[in-house]
Amino acid sequence: MLTLKHIGKTYPNGVRALDGVSLDVELGEIVAVVGGSGCGKSTLLRAISGLDRPTQGAVVFKDDIISEPHEKIGIIFQEPRLLPWLTVAENVGFGLADRPKDERKARVARALERVGLTEKANVWPRELSGGQAQRVAIARALVARPEVLLLDEPFSALDAFTRIDLQDHLLDLWADQKPTLVHVTHDVDEAIVLADRVVVMRPRPGRVADEIVIDLPRPRDRQSAAFDFAKRRVLAALDRSLDRAVRVDDGETKSEAGAALWW
Amino acid sequence: MSFEAEGATASESKPAGERVVRWARPVLGLLLPVGLALGWEIVVWLGISDGRLVPPPSRIYEEFAELARSGELLRHLIATLMRVAAGFGLGTLAGTLLGAIAGYSGLVRRLVDPSLQGLRAVPSIAWIPLFILWLGIFETSKVALIAVGVFFPIYLGVMDAILSVDRKIVEVGRVFRLSGAGMVRRILLPAVLPTYVVSLRSGLGLGWMFVIAAEFMGASEGLGYLLIDGQQLGKPTEIVAAILAFAVLGKATDAILAAVMAPFLRWQDVFKPAGEQ
Repeated sequence: MLTLKHIGKTYPNGVRALDGVSLDVELGEIVAVVGGSGCGKSTLLRAISGLDRPTQGAVVFKDDIISEPHEKIGIIFQEPRLLPWLTVAENVGFGLADRPKDERKARVARALERVGLTEKANVWPRELSGGQAQRVAIARALVARPEVLLLDEPFSALDAFTRIDLQDHLLDLWADQKPTLVHVTHDVDEAIVLADRVVVMRPRPGRVADEIVIDLPRPRDRQSAAFDFAKRRVLAALDRSLDRAVRVDDGETKSEAGAALWW
Repeated sequence: MSFEAEGATASESKPAGERVVRWARPVLGLLLPVGLALGWEIVVWLGISDGRLVPPPSRIYEEFAELARSGELLRHLIATLMRVAAGFGLGTLAGTLLGAIAGYSGLVRRLVDPSLQGLRAVPSIAWIPLFILWLGIFETSKVALIAVGVFFPIYLGVMDAILSVDRKIVEVGRVFRLSGAGMVRRILLPAVLPTYVVSLRSGLGLGWMFVIAAEFMGASEGLGYLLIDGQQLGKPTEIVAAILAFAVLGKATDAILAAVMAPFLRWQDVFKPAGEQ
């Protein structure tokens, strides 16, 4: 289990990015973190990954206090961050350098097959499209078999079709090993398609404003009424988190206004 | 490589013309020098000029042939090449090591970099008198001067390259928990390689520049000696022959360096089509 205990982060210039964020994430759970810009979503993720240390509180994973990157915690960034001097296969196998060559080759091949890029194994990253590059980044993170996978707005730079495609793909991959996912996004639809629970954050300083459990069976139908209802709840929570007066009109106009304005 | 790709796209609609385009472009660059040389040859042949101070190509060729026949050319070439090789090797070694350490460690950078930047402001030729006093007039002082010339671009290039490695790429190494050595070998070295190759090439260019200065300060062999000898004996053919030899050697060593490093930079080439490795 992953536990955040009163995480606070104050930057050296005095900006308080996070204040008293507490969260328990169960094994295999998918948690989406949404919130307006500047609410410390990425700061939170970097603290969990061990890339940055919180100034107050602690991130605890299986009795370890996280102070540097952990073997069992992987992260996928907003950009693919592939190493341009390695082929696609070498990029995927980057974290397996200490494994025997045969095992490494087999695991890389399986991971590439799983993201549908077997025929791209020997090309350079520059030859990939944005969506393909992000799939390679996903394969690189998953091939190390993390127990927790952090995703920092991984699909935000992609076009709408590719994004939906990759969301489904991510769920499919998640089903293999059922790692815990903490997924930061500003796309409410994405949060509801993926998550068991949506954590809404409020800015200045970043705090948890609300938690909404999404109790819909998977695969989730983006057109269904239940999906829309969940979306309205999240948007309303976002509106509240920004201290925006929630108008008492019918739900339709409210959600439209929220969808357009909250971020 | 980029030229080939350009040529290919330019003649895509007309594949028959492709070969012509591919050959025509470098030939264009030869038009001016070859034209001038031929023109001068004709002017001298017609007796309009005696070509004593500005020798025509045929006399330069004769001088070359004479130098080559007597074995003089080879002796001078080897002397100069050995000096450049030794100075370039030493300068590269020192520049790479110090540049890497200064780039990697902020403390070392703050300690060492200001002094080195101060020394860099001194024109390297100003060291000649001191080097002669310290190291004598023979090979050591010459190699030292070349090494100093080579050192600075490489030191600066390596340090700058390390300081400008993308933080995002470094974080990938951190996420996969690379050790210090692993970080250097698997992230920093490949990331700085393109800049490093550029600094090696400019270092080599400076090496060729400084070998002349070094040979001017008193040498009994080498291309720089040929230049001085030609001046003192009033033989412009010898001077031009030495200059041409410099041009050929400089270009050839640069091409070799670029070719040796090219396989390590294949990932960079944006023009290469997908199927090709």
